[in-house]
Amino acid sequence: MSNSNAGKNPLVEMRDIHLSFGGIKAVDGVSIDLYPGEVVGVLGHNGAGKSTLIKILAGAYTPDSGEIIVDGRAAKIENARDARDNKIETIYQNLALADNLDAAQNLFLGREIVSKTGFLDDVAMEHKAREVLHRLNPNFKKFNAPVAALSGGQRQSVAIARALLFEARILIMDEPCAALGVQETRMVGELIDQLKKDGLGILLISHDLHDVFDLSDRLHVMKNGQLVGTVRTEDVNHDDVLGMIILGKMPDHLIHLAGPGATNVPAPA
Amino acid sequence: MTQLFAKMEIDRRLVGLAAVLLIIWIGFDIASGGRFITPRNIFNLSVQTASVAVMACGMVLIIVTRHIDLSVGSILGVLAMIMGVIQADILPQFLGYNHPMTWIITLMAGLAIGALIGGIQGVAVGYLGVPAFIVTLGGLLVWRGAAWWVTQGRTVAPLDANFMLMGGGIHGTIGATWSWIVAAIAICAIIYNALISRRRRLAFEFPVKPVWAEWTNVCLMAGLVLAGIGTLNAYMLPSRAAEKILENRGIPVTPENLEISHGIAIPLLIVALVAIVLTIVAKRTRFGRYVFAIGGNPQAAELAGINVKRMTVAVFALMGVLCAISAAISSARLQSAGNDLGTLDELRVIAAVVIGGTSLAGGLGTIYGALIGALVMQSLQSGMALLGVDTSLQSIVIGLVLVLAVFSDKYFHRRYSDPSA
Repeated sequence: MSNSNAGKNPLVEMRDIHLSFGGIKAVDGVSIDLYPGEVVGVLGHNGAGKSTLIKILAGAYTPDSGEIIVDGRAAKIENARDARDNKIETIYQNLALADNLDAAQNLFLGREIVSKTGFLDDVAMEHKAREVLHRLNPNFKKFNAPVAALSGGQRQSVAIARALLFEARILIMDEPCAALGVQETRMVGELIDQLKKDGLGILLISHDLHDVFDLSDRLHVMKNGQLVGTVRTEDVNHDDVLGMIILGKMPDHLIHLAGPGATNVPAPA
Repeated sequence: MTQLFAKMEIDRRLVGLAAVLLIIWIGFDIASGGRFITPRNIFNLSVQTASVAVMACGMVLIIVTRHIDLSVGSILGVLAMIMGVIQADILPQFLGYNHPMTWIITLMAGLAIGALIGGIQGVAVGYLGVPAFIVTLGGLLVWRGAAWWVTQGRTVAPLDANFMLMGGGIHGTIGATWSWIVAAIAICAIIYNALISRRRRLAFEFPVKPVWAEWTNVCLMAGLVLAGIGTLNAYMLPSRAAEKILENRGIPVTPENLEISHGIAIPLLIVALVAIVLTIVAKRTRFGRYVFAIGGNPQAAELAGINVKRMTVAVFALMGVLCAISAAISSARLQSAGNDLGTLDELRVIAAVVIGGTSLAGGLGTIYGALIGALVMQSLQSGMALLGVDTSLQSIVIGLVLVLAVFSDKYFHRRYSDPSA
């Protein structure tokens, strides 16, 4: 394939993943991949299986069958800790922050820096937090306010900074721009560009095409638990992708890239 | 004014609370013809507040984690009975009466049983998923019943002489010299603390408050310590008690010698110790940080790898331990343990915590706020008693004040909610 990822090894690959919930095939033979420095959108309607697929990668669900390969090695991801050990971090839609704590306290929640005497070293944590957040968002100033006082974009910065502190290399962002204003959405976009330059691989999950179209290099589109297809954003327009999301129909010029979920491909006999 | 407080990094809520306390004190002083703000009354207030204040410190953590403990009064009752029996009926059989080890063994047993009782309730809340309101409402009945059961309702007395020092009677104070030493230590600690935290922040080039604000804060706190301890030292022992002490020490009784100060009451020292330790725990340890994180967003806490269930058990067990300390203070003060000890204390404790600015929604609260809250409650009660207000009317007033406190807190918080404050 002659794309920009030629010659690189994928950061993560999910191969032929199956997961059923009591007879309902939530994820049915889906394979996706993600390269370093790449932003990939995972699109689909509610119930298309995208969230389930991503939760498998995040360790929230264990697949019935299929392989997850991180950095060329098969990885066993059975819980959130395994995911973290594989440098996979998830930023949830509802932003898993404690509203009453400040930015630094949230960044270090669960792995606080303690001094030799065993007490929390808040100053050291704030120092590190300022460093990380400054890199992400130079305008971030409210270090001593509870995160409840921050704007949606600033909260998103804190959530991302938290993932970066874990030295995440694969970032899963669930509806990153939901409930954000125009300004804020642009800010998150800038953040994502920044992370991309740093060589992270980012999976953006959304049911809204507009949120992710401009941010993504490639799109995986899902319908009814199956992969409709994977396309490069530059090869398609909004209508093409809408057709994939709603009808499960691959654009005609890209029909050779169709996945098992595409409806305009004759089923193999 | 607001900016001034912001510069000095003083909690505005604390200022409001202190103002309320001051108004109550001055109001009662005027109404009682100058009998409220006297060394004697301040000393009594400090002793009367102690038991509720100790429990309030733990209740802050309980409420911050979005729980409630309605059983503290009953737990206090059963622990007072158990400690009463241990020191008055069991230990004397082996050690004789008033053995120096008696109070320690008794207190340790009380603390352990308190932790166990609290822990059991914590397991029911954390692991079995029964709401804390229900678990501790049940506990309120269970432990009060258990308190009766310990001696079939018999009041236990007399208690161990050393144990009774925790109640702050005539002997249960540390006298003028030691009180001044405590004051000196406290002031050194205040200055040291301010210096260290400033130096740490400067080392990382963080913004610090202006030097004048730093010194004003230090002087304010040091001034409060001096004024408080000076007042307690100005309260003299009754001449007969002073005579007795002098005779025991073999010092000739002269009019000047008879001027012996009460100084700090031991229960007040216990409160100070509990409050300092718990403030450090809340602010400077992982445990405290997790308590607040759970209160802020239990799901986020869980995702961050915090064992929320185990934390719940720990917080309730800590509450049980503090109930044991309060049980020791209140039974020692009454010099006997009765099974109705601590009745309605759960309400006083929760009122103190809520008046002190702890949010019932969780995630927000301070130990020092709860202490002032406890003092506000006790001041109202003592002041009204001093004025000869009927107990029924006292209850009505205190009930109304509680509702008003929560309302005004909500109102002012919404109205002046400045996120950076």
